Amino acid sequence: MHPFAYVEPKTVKEAVAALSKYGDKARPLAGGTDLLVQTRAGRFNLDAVVNLKKIPELMSVKLDANGLEVGAAVPCYRVYEDPKVSAAFPGLIDAASLIGGIQIQSRASMGGNLCNSSPSADATCPMIVHNGVAVIAGPKGTRKVAIEEFCTGPGKNALAAGEFVVTLQFPKPSPTFGAAYERFIPRNEMDIAVVGVASSVTLDAAGKTIKNARIALAAVGPIPIYAVAASEWLKGKPANEASIAQAAAMAKAAARPITDMRGTIEQRKHLVEVLARRTLTKAIERARGK
Amino acid sequence: MVHVKTTINGQPAEFLVPAYLSLLDTIREVVGLTGAKEGCLDGNCGACTVILNGRIVDSCLVLGAEANGGEITTVEGLATPDALHPLQQAFLEEAALQCGICTPGFLVSAAALLKREPKANEQRIRHWLAGNLCRCTGYDKIVRAVIKAEDMSSQLSKSKAKVAAKPTAKSSASPKASSVRSSGRSGSGRK
Repeated sequence: MHPFAYVEPKTVKEAVAALSKYGDKARPLAGGTDLLVQTRAGRFNLDAVVNLKKIPELMSVKLDANGLEVGAAVPCYRVYEDPKVSAAFPGLIDAASLIGGIQIQSRASMGGNLCNSSPSADATCPMIVHNGVAVIAGPKGTRKVAIEEFCTGPGKNALAAGEFVVTLQFPKPSPTFGAAYERFIPRNEMDIAVVGVASSVTLDAAGKTIKNARIALAAVGPIPIYAVAASEWLKGKPANEASIAQAAAMAKAAARPITDMRGTIEQRKHLVEVLARRTLTKAIERARGK
Repeated sequence: MVHVKTTINGQPAEFLVPAYLSLLDTIREVVGLTGAKEGCLDGNCGACTVILNGRIVDSCLVLGAEANGGEITTVEGLATPDALHPLQQAFLEEAALQCGICTPGFLVSAAALLKREPKANEQRIRHWLAGNLCRCTGYDKIVRAVIKAEDMSSQLSKSKAKVAAKPTAKSSASPKASSVRSSGRSGSGRK
């Protein structure tokens, strides 16, 4: 790798100062599982790598009455090995436990997955359907961006110069909330999604009617897609197969895939419908406590 | 240069490392332990797997500088001077290697699994080892060897501690390397 300086800030303020000082010649380091590969491949010409893992906020997991706040550099295993987080945030767990293998899960973070801003990111769509918000620090202070508005293009996002994601916040789900994420890959493990779909539902107390729903699609557009029309349409609909089928068809219509080495446009659109159906079904089952 | 103080295979180590050097290159070139192998350099193959602070990592995706204050176990730390780790013994007996490049990574990954889940079943073993690629064996022999090592470890701990399997499982899940080493010693003693 090209020689660069290693900076290890202890506070958010120090990190902002370091990133501002080096400008686009610096990258923040969380798990490093994308950054080091891309740096080796020559994507960045770095003067400095700013390791964020010594900043307490970036490495903490807080679960309280308001919801969940995950530090942006917290590795995946700390999310899925936490029984309370697992119980309340099933969509996040589906993603955190299938990103890479065990080695990658020891390092890779959901915050890093978001900031890498790949359309096929496994963590981003589940964060969208869990109503996630990214808390961003930068030279002008702190701001919040909804996850569905974070990515702006392949590898591009809402972060301005000197900014980085500090934490990811998720509101506490109601007892009748359920979520799921599934992806299609040709291998059993360790692969990049050909298509991924995350779905969440909030049911009424009887578990019969969908009060709220969110569907998000991975790897079928330049950014992870929040399927608004399908999600909105489900509100007030009975939680049954007919509603699921209709919403899955609408999700398919929202997909804008390309044909590449991983799959064709036709295959990907078909997969969106299948995975939307499966994840909605699973989300409803989980919402009913099954 | 970054000043790094760490523990490698139970021994304290202190050195200077260029900031851009990966933990893999640090271990191989600065420390001089060449067990961990460079395979893909992008987190697919697991040939460079080491244990960092109790978790298996691809050392090609960690900076050497990040090891400061940490604890590292490499494949060199599995055996004792007088005996192989049960996994190493089982890999030999089951012929679970051909070219051998992937083997250190498999051994380190599997050792971490056995430590936390001494009775992992085949499905769990295959899932745990998904981050390690082998282009020679087809995996079946590797999985058989891991299952055999589990049996060897549990029988030995039983005969040694003369207690039921449950407390044994607890003790071998403790973060101390000594439990792994001691079962390794008696493991090869049985053969």
